[in-house]
Amino acid sequence: MSKIVRATANIMLPFILVFGFYIVIHGHLTPGGGFQGGAVIATGIVLMFAANRYSDIKSRFTSSALKNTETLGLLLFIIMALAAIIAGSTFFYNWLANGGFIFGDSVTYGSNPGFLNTAGTIPIMNIAVGIEVLGAMGLIILYMLSGISREDA
Amino acid sequence: MRTKDIATALIVAILAASFLMTAVDLEFGSPKNTGMDDYMIQNGQEMAAVNNIVTGVVFDFRGFDTLGEATVLFTAVLAISMMFRKRKEEDEDYDYE
Repeated sequence: MSKIVRATANIMLPFILVFGFYIVIHGHLTPGGGFQGGAVIATGIVLMFAANRYSDIKSRFTSSALKNTETLGLLLFIIMALAAIIAGSTFFYNWLANGGFIFGDSVTYGSNPGFLNTAGTIPIMNIAVGIEVLGAMGLIILYMLSGISREDA
Repeated sequence: MRTKDIATALIVAILAASFLMTAVDLEFGSPKNTGMDDYMIQNGQEMAAVNNIVTGVVFDFRGFDTLGEATVLFTAVLAISMMFRKRKEEDEDYDYE
């Protein structure tokens, strides 16, 4: 791509990443969540793939790093589900909610502005799903891009 | 041949019309069974300590569903990585990455 596209992509990338992380973090307060925020972050990665030449960007986004990212997200999700058993409840029980620890503030019934420090395990699972989705989407794009051809990629 | 086509078209039209009329006549969501909805609306916000009840249902009350979704995404990436694997020139032995 041309220099203009590359410069625009470099300027846009931080904003796209911040917006994606905002959606992931506020998944329990706004319509959004891990999947959507992860897709937005993956859009930033795809923008870097589209703006730069594949041979230039290859060393920055390796397939093994994205693979590890995806696996880490899924493992974190399953570990958060299993941690409920260790905490003495059932699988997938929200043992951090209303507990007073991290993300442990309680919410009363009715409309309220919403606070970030609520919802127990849900934000952590949102972050896990976001990590998994950004790894998975980036990996899909990377595989498809590297599979096209060697000459014009 | 022509009469056979016309007969087929007639039979298909009659069948489609009968199915459609039955589907239109059926009352959707009757009898009403709103016990689960009312319980979620009344207690979901306080139980999961979450303002967005949809997220509360997806990640807390139906966590298994989300685990399945994550596994589906993982499997999709696995399948795509197998589709786009590197293969040697003029060789049937595939080089797994």
